[in-house]
Amino acid sequence: MGPPVRRLLPYMSRHRRRLSLGLGCVVMMSSVSLMSPWVLKYAIDDLTVGVTRAKLGLYASLLLGIAVVGGGFRFLMRRLIVGVSREIEYDVRNDFYAHLERLSVRYYQSERTGDIMSRATNDLNAVRMMTGPAIMYSVNTVLTFCVAILLMLSIDVRLTAIALLPLPFVSLLVKVFGSAIHRRFEAIQAQLSHMSAVVQEALAGVRVVRAYRQEAPELARFRDANREYLERNRGLIQLQGLFFPSLALFLGFGGLLVLWLGSREVVLGRISVGEFVAFNAYLVMLSWPMIAFGWVTNMLQRGMASWKRMLQVFDAVPDITDAPATPAEIEARGQGKMRGGIELRGLTFAYGDGEPVLRDLSLRVEAGQTLALVGGTGSGKSTLLGLIPRLFDPPPATVFVDGVDVRDIPLDRLRGAIGYVPQEPFLFSTTLRDNVAFGLAEGTASGALADTVEAAAGVACLDGDIAEFSRGYDTLVGERGITLSGGQKQRAALVRALTVDPRILILDDALSAVDTYTEERILAGLREVRRQRTSIIVAHRMSTVRDADIIAVLDQGRLVERGSHDELIALDGVYAELCRKQLLEDELAAS
Amino acid sequence: MSLHEEEALGKAYDARLMRRLLTYLWPYRRAVSIALAAIVGHSVLQLAQPYLTMLAIDSYIATGDLAGLNQIAMVFLVVLVGAFVLEYVRTYTLQMTGQRIMFDLRMQVYGHLQKIDVRFYDRNPVGRLMTRVTTDVDVLNEMFASGVVAIFGDVFMLIGIMAVLLSMDWRLALVAFSVLPLIAIVTQWFRRNVRETYRTVRVWIARINAYLQEHLTGMATVQLFRREARSFDEFDEINRTHRDANVASIFYYAVFYPLIELVGALAASLIIWFGGGWVLDGSLTLGVLVAFLLYAQRFFRPISDMSEKFNILQAAMASSERIFKLLDTPVEIESPAQPVARPDQSAGRLEFDGAWFAYNDDDYVLRDLSFVVEPGERVGIVGATGAGKTTIINLLMRFYDVSRGRILVDGVDVREMDLDQLRRLSSLVLQDVHLFAGSIASNVRLGDEAISDADVRTAIANVHADRFVDRLPDGIASPVAERGATLSVGQKQLLSFARALAFDPRILVLDEATSSVDTETELLIQDALRVLMAGRTTIAIAHRLSTIQDMDKILVLHKGTLREAGTHQELLARRGIYYKLYQLQYQDQEVAAAG
Repeated sequence: MGPPVRRLLPYMSRHRRRLSLGLGCVVMMSSVSLMSPWVLKYAIDDLTVGVTRAKLGLYASLLLGIAVVGGGFRFLMRRLIVGVSREIEYDVRNDFYAHLERLSVRYYQSERTGDIMSRATNDLNAVRMMTGPAIMYSVNTVLTFCVAILLMLSIDVRLTAIALLPLPFVSLLVKVFGSAIHRRFEAIQAQLSHMSAVVQEALAGVRVVRAYRQEAPELARFRDANREYLERNRGLIQLQGLFFPSLALFLGFGGLLVLWLGSREVVLGRISVGEFVAFNAYLVMLSWPMIAFGWVTNMLQRGMASWKRMLQVFDAVPDITDAPATPAEIEARGQGKMRGGIELRGLTFAYGDGEPVLRDLSLRVEAGQTLALVGGTGSGKSTLLGLIPRLFDPPPATVFVDGVDVRDIPLDRLRGAIGYVPQEPFLFSTTLRDNVAFGLAEGTASGALADTVEAAAGVACLDGDIAEFSRGYDTLVGERGITLSGGQKQRAALVRALTVDPRILILDDALSAVDTYTEERILAGLREVRRQRTSIIVAHRMSTVRDADIIAVLDQGRLVERGSHDELIALDGVYAELCRKQLLEDELAAS
Repeated sequence: MSLHEEEALGKAYDARLMRRLLTYLWPYRRAVSIALAAIVGHSVLQLAQPYLTMLAIDSYIATGDLAGLNQIAMVFLVVLVGAFVLEYVRTYTLQMTGQRIMFDLRMQVYGHLQKIDVRFYDRNPVGRLMTRVTTDVDVLNEMFASGVVAIFGDVFMLIGIMAVLLSMDWRLALVAFSVLPLIAIVTQWFRRNVRETYRTVRVWIARINAYLQEHLTGMATVQLFRREARSFDEFDEINRTHRDANVASIFYYAVFYPLIELVGALAASLIIWFGGGWVLDGSLTLGVLVAFLLYAQRFFRPISDMSEKFNILQAAMASSERIFKLLDTPVEIESPAQPVARPDQSAGRLEFDGAWFAYNDDDYVLRDLSFVVEPGERVGIVGATGAGKTTIINLLMRFYDVSRGRILVDGVDVREMDLDQLRRLSSLVLQDVHLFAGSIASNVRLGDEAISDADVRTAIANVHADRFVDRLPDGIASPVAERGATLSVGQKQLLSFARALAFDPRILVLDEATSSVDTETELLIQDALRVLMAGRTTIAIAHRLSTIQDMDKILVLHKGTLREAGTHQELLARRGIYYKLYQLQYQDQEVAAAG
C-alpha cells in the first residue's frame, strides 16, 4: 500500500527517460529565458553612454537568438512532459478498469456506478494534471525563482533583500489558502459524484418516473443537488478570488519598493539605469513563478485529492479470487474435463453480517443430473445458484464441484464450465450476435460461430424472432437490450449460456417472461440439452420441475424436502402441497 | 455507427451558437457589467505601472528629484491596492455568474430530459446523457467564467496598450505593431488544427464513459462469461485511441506557445534596434524606450491569453452544439395547449380505436387494434412474445403515440388530455422493477409527500410485502441500494405492487407483473390483486394463464391484431388460439398432479 504519493511513482518511473529528458528541457528553457534581461541591461547602459549601431544590432539579434533556443526547449518540454502525463493517464485508467474487473458483485452492490465513473474520468484528469503540467511548472517555477534571485543579488544585495521582503507573506498565504482550497475542492468533487448518481438513477428509470409523474419531484431532487453544488463552488470561488489578488498585491509591494528605493539608488549613482531596468525585468519574471506557485499547489492538491479518491477504489480488495497455489497445483486442478458433479456440505451463508440466507444445506447432484429448486420468495434459491460460479463466495469446504471446493478451482476453469442464466439478464448495447456469442472464445471461426449460435438459438426458440428482424443477428439491441421484449432478452441470455457448451447449466427462473407456448417448446429442446450436462433449475412451473432427477424444496434457507417428483408427492409435504395448490387453482378456474 | 459513438458534429456555426449562448448571460447582465467595469479598471491600473516607471526614469531619475520619486511611489501604492480590490470583484462576480449559468443550464437540460419522449432513451445510452448534464455543462462554465467576458478584458487591454504606445511615440509604436500579422498567421494555423483534434478527443472520452457505464453495470455478466481479458482489450483500445488523440493535440500546443514567445522577442529586438537608434540621435527618451519594452511584454500576454481562451471557446462550441441539439430535440408527446376539461372523478373507460403502431418505420407491432374496457372491468391480455402486448401499455401511458387510430380514456383521445392527468389515472407495474437509492418508504411513495408513512405501511401490508420489510432492521425506513441491489426479484416485485397501490389509481396497468414470483407468493399476490383491482379498471398482461382466468374479459393478441376476446369460458368454448395456449398449460399441470 504505502502513502498515496509512493503508489504513483511506479507509473512515473515507467517513463523516467522521457520525464528526465523533459525536465532537462525545463531547466534549459528556464535558464535561457533568464538571459534576456541581462542583455537588456547592457543595451540600456550602453544607450545612456552612447553606442554604435553595430552593437545595437548585436543586442537585438541576441534577444532573438535567446527566444529561438528557449522556444526549442519549450517545444520539447511540452511534448515530452505533457505526453508522458497522457501515457500515465492511459496506464492508470487501464489499471483502474482491470482492477474493477476483479471486484465482485458485492462491491457493485455497495457502490454507485456514477460515482466510480466519476473517479475514472474527472478524478483521473486531475491526477494527470498533477503528474504532467504541475511537475513541469513547478520545476520551471523553482528554477526561475532561484536563478532570478541570484542574478538580482549580483546587481544589488540590499535592493534584492528589500524586494523579497514580502516573500514570507506569500508563502504563508499559499499555505493557509492552499489547505482551505483543498478541503473545499474535495467537497465539490464529492457533490459532483452525488449529482451524477442522482441523474444516472433517474434517467435509467425513466419509465417509472414518467408513469408515476415523478418529473417534478425528480427535478426538485436534482435542483437540491445542483444548488448544493453551486453553494460549495461559491465557497471555493470566494477563497480563490482572494488568493490570487493577494499574491499579486504582495508581489506588487516588492515592485513598489524596487521602484521607490531602486530609483533612489540610480540617482545616488549606486546602480546604473540598465541594472535598474534589468532588476525590474527580473522582478516581473519572479511574479510568474509566484503566481504559478499558487496555481501549481492548487493543481497538486486537486491531484492528490483525486488520486486518494481513486486509491479508495484500488484499495477495494477483490474478495473472490483464485486461491493462492503453486503453478503445479493449479495445473493439477486444471487437469481433464470437468464432469459437473455438485455437492453442498453443511452450507450456511449470509450476506455480510446479516441473517443467514442459507442454513446447513447438504445436497449432492451427480454429473449429468438435473436439480430443481423450489421455494418461496426469499427462500435463498438465487443465492444458492450464485454460490456455484462464485458470484458470492461460499464459506470454505461447503460447495464442491467434482469433489473439489469451488474456492480451490481456478475461477477461469470453474466459470468456464458453467452456463448461467439469471433472472434479469444483462445485455450489452451491441449487436444481437455479439451478445449471444459473448462467451465464445475470441477468434472462433465465423462459420463455427454461426453454427453454434444457430443451434443454441434453435433450442431457445430465438431463431424465429431473429428471422423477423430486418437486420437479423446484426440488430442492435440498445442499452441493456432495450429494443427487445422481456421474453426475447431472456431467450437471448439462454442462447448466450448455451453457446459456451457448459458442463453445468444454471437457469434462475430464466423463462419467467416467456409466454407459455414458447416456454413449452424451449423446455422440450432443453430436455435434449440437459441430458449431456448437470443442470440446476429454479422454476415455478411444475412441468419444468417435474422431470428433474432431484427436487429440493427450500424454505427460509433450509432444505425441507428432497427427492424425485414421485417421492415428494408420496411424502405429501410442502412440495405436494404446492402441486395441489397449483392444480386446485387451475381446476377452480377451469370449472 | 453504433450507439456508443458520440457523433462528431459538422461545422460549428459559431456566430449562431454564440448568440444563443449569450442569452444565458442576459439574466446576469448586472453582474456582468460589474465584472466588465472591474476588468477595464484593472487593465487601466496595469497599464499605469510601466508608465510610472517611464516617468521615474525620464522625469525624476534624470533630474535626481527624490521628492518626485516619493510621489510616484505613493501613486504606485494606490494602483496596487486598487488592482487588488478590482481583481477580487472580477473573479468573484465572473466565477459566480459562470456557476449560476451552469445551474440554470443543468436545470434546463435535466428538465428537458424529464419531458423528452421515452423513444429518445431507446436511442441514447444513459452514459451519454450524463455527459451532457455534467461534463458538457462544465465546459460551458469555463467559457462564461474565464472565456467570453475575459476576452473583452483582453481586447480592452490591447486597445489600451496600442493607444498608450501611439501617444508616446507613433514611429516606435508602428515598429512594435509590425509583428501583428505574424501573430495572426500563427494563431490561425493553431486554431484550425486544434479544433479538429479537440473534437476527436471529445468523441473518445464519451466512448470511455459509455463503455464504463455499461460494463460496470454488467460486470457480473462479464465475469461469469470470463470475458475480463477481452473486455479489458476493448477498453484498452478505446483508452489508447483517446490517448493518441490527446498526444496529437499536444504537438499544436507545443508549437504554438514558443512561436508566440518568439514573435514577442522579435518585437523586443525591433524596439531595441530602431528605438535604440532614435535614442542615439536624440529623438526618443530612454524612459520611453524602457516603457515600450515593458509594454511589449504585456502586449503579447493578452494575445497568447486570447488563444488560450480560444481553446475554451472551441470546447464550449462543441459542448454547446451537443447541449443545444439535446435541448432542440422536439418533445412530441406533451400536454396539448388546450386539454379537454375532464371531471375530477374519472370513470376509467378505455378504448383502442383502430390503433396502429410501429417502433421503426413500417414494422407495425400493432395493426388496427380495437377494443373497449368498461369502467371497473378487469381485462387480461395474452399472446405470444412479440404479439404487441407491452406496446399496449406504452401507448396507454402515452410513452409513445399511435401511428394511426386513437386511444380513448373516458371517450377522450389521450392526445387531447393533460398528460399529468392521464398518468395520474393509472398505476403501472413493470416487470423490470426500478428502485431508487433511498429507503423502502421513499421507494413506495416516490416524491409524493401526500402519501404518509401510515399509507406506505398499509400498502406494504396489503401486498404482503410486510413479511420481509418487517424483518429489516429499520422497517420501512431501511435503506435501499441503487437499483435495489440488495433485494430479491420477488421482493422488488412486491415493493412495486405496494408503490402502485399507494398511488390509488383509477386504472391499474400490470405488465407481466406476477410472472417472476413463485407459486406460494403468487397466491398471496393474487389475493392482494383482488384488493387492488376492486373498483378499478385493470389491464393485465400475463404469461401464466392462471393469473388472468378470473378476469372479466381476456383479449388474445396475435402478431399485432386482436384475434379473440371473451371470458375464460367463452374462449375455451371457442377452441381457438386461447384454447391451444390453455391446453398446453393444463396438460402440464394434469400430468404434474397425476404424478
